[in-house]
Amino acid sequence: MSKRELLDLLLENARYSTADLARMTDLDEDEVVATVEALESEGVIKGYQAVVDWNKVAEERVRASVELNVTLDRETSYGDIAERLAKFPQVTTLRLVSGDYDFEMEVEGESMQEVSKFISDKVAPVPEITQTVTHYVMDTYKDRGLQMSDGDDDDRLSVSP
Amino acid sequence: MKVSDRVEEVPPSGIRKFFELAEEMDDVISLGVGEPDFSAPWAAREAAIASLEQGKTSYTANRGRKDLREEISAHVAERYGLEYDPDDEIIVTTGVSEGVDVALRALIDPGDVVAVPQPSYVSYEPGITFAGGEPLPVPTSDDEFKLTVEGLERAGAADADALLYCYPNNPTGAIMTEDDLRPVAAFAREHDLTVFADEIYSELTYGHEHTSIATLPGMRERTVVFNGFSKAFAMTGLRLGYALAPPEAVAGMNRIHQYSMLSAPTTAQYAAIEALRNCEEEVAEMIGQYDRRRQFVLSRFDEMGIDCFEAEGAFYVFPEAPGGDDEAFAEALLQEHGVAVVPGSVFGEDGEGHLRVSYATGLDDLREAMDRIETFVE
Repeated sequence: MSKRELLDLLLENARYSTADLARMTDLDEDEVVATVEALESEGVIKGYQAVVDWNKVAEERVRASVELNVTLDRETSYGDIAERLAKFPQVTTLRLVSGDYDFEMEVEGESMQEVSKFISDKVAPVPEITQTVTHYVMDTYKDRGLQMSDGDDDDRLSVSP
Repeated sequence: MKVSDRVEEVPPSGIRKFFELAEEMDDVISLGVGEPDFSAPWAAREAAIASLEQGKTSYTANRGRKDLREEISAHVAERYGLEYDPDDEIIVTTGVSEGVDVALRALIDPGDVVAVPQPSYVSYEPGITFAGGEPLPVPTSDDEFKLTVEGLERAGAADADALLYCYPNNPTGAIMTEDDLRPVAAFAREHDLTVFADEIYSELTYGHEHTSIATLPGMRERTVVFNGFSKAFAMTGLRLGYALAPPEAVAGMNRIHQYSMLSAPTTAQYAAIEALRNCEEEVAEMIGQYDRRRQFVLSRFDEMGIDCFEAEGAFYVFPEAPGGDDEAFAEALLQEHGVAVVPGSVFGEDGEGHLRVSYATGLDDLREAMDRIETFVE
């Protein structure tokens, strides 16, 4: 059994019980616990999160995808800028990317005003940042591999040959 | 209006009763389904949609599109070492069901005896009867649901004209390895049996590579191999299968096929070409999921103390019915706990005392169903 197999199962559903994981991988429960603990302590597993369809929650939740361009100097690297930005709790995802811009940043807030204010007050003033382009998320159809629609009713015959 | 004696002779499928019972109830978790719970890979569906958009709605060649037959030829050569000429040794059919039907009608004469391992897929014996043949059940429950020479001899298959089987097996999940097949092949050669090998579950084996009997010495010329897209590619509703056989057999099958079906569904043929070319990863992902569920289900039955044959193929396990009466157990389980499984006796007398449990169902439902079975058994 590979660590990869356990990781695949946890990616599929991090709430599988230890007993279920053991049954599916033909391992002892003790081995599952030990392997998952090792993966956690090695930092391979960074954490466990729910994938939420915010459309079904009454509270407003605003997400934006922000393109950032930066200029570097002798003292400042991409890593330095990323470290500074990643510390903001509003930033949920931050990646250095190739192409027309340097960083791709996802930001969450309670309202458009809050997100806008965060970009203008906290992000844009960072000296190395030369440009920000903010795209508000209008709807989410798929997130981390999970589709948000409910079109997966099982309409097979209940008993078939 | 009078129905023919040939049709009257065949009783209605035993599955029907359970289907009707399950349909009447709410909150049923069904482990009675003989088809994948996945959808066909998106690329295959997209190819089907594109073919419709382009107006490709005509008949195809009777034997199926040439490019599809070429893909099938390349696929079976690479996967199973089966070398068949796309021009005259492959025919594309409307599911394996049609393939088996036309093969039996093309190659069986009235009164011919066709040996069929039991328990077996529900359509085989009626299909033999409709073709004018006589089914000869070969019990396998004493041989871990595998065909053996001893079992064939006990059943009198040495005097039969043909052998029709499905491995990996529906309903037991048993497989036949190359070592298992060799003596059966020798038996078929010795007694001059035509072999109909339904290999629709060939992709769904766990821990073993599938071997086709047609690859064994002296077998290609006496074997019709059936396969298709329903199980591995989750394309049951597209109704597409194929048969591989020597030219004279394919020509005979095609003669019936061209007068009855004309050609298999065109849209499905486009989906199938794409499935063979570009959907290997999706198939591997589905097989991985089935294998995890298989281990889950086997492990739960083991914990409950229910004897369950260690199925290594298809997506079924075949545990013993606690108490021994499979029909009574399945009916009570359905009515009292809302879990549908299929009684083994539906698949022939030798399936009595067992249950077919399909794990082509999501893990959450499987867990809930197994919990309910555990409560019922306790």
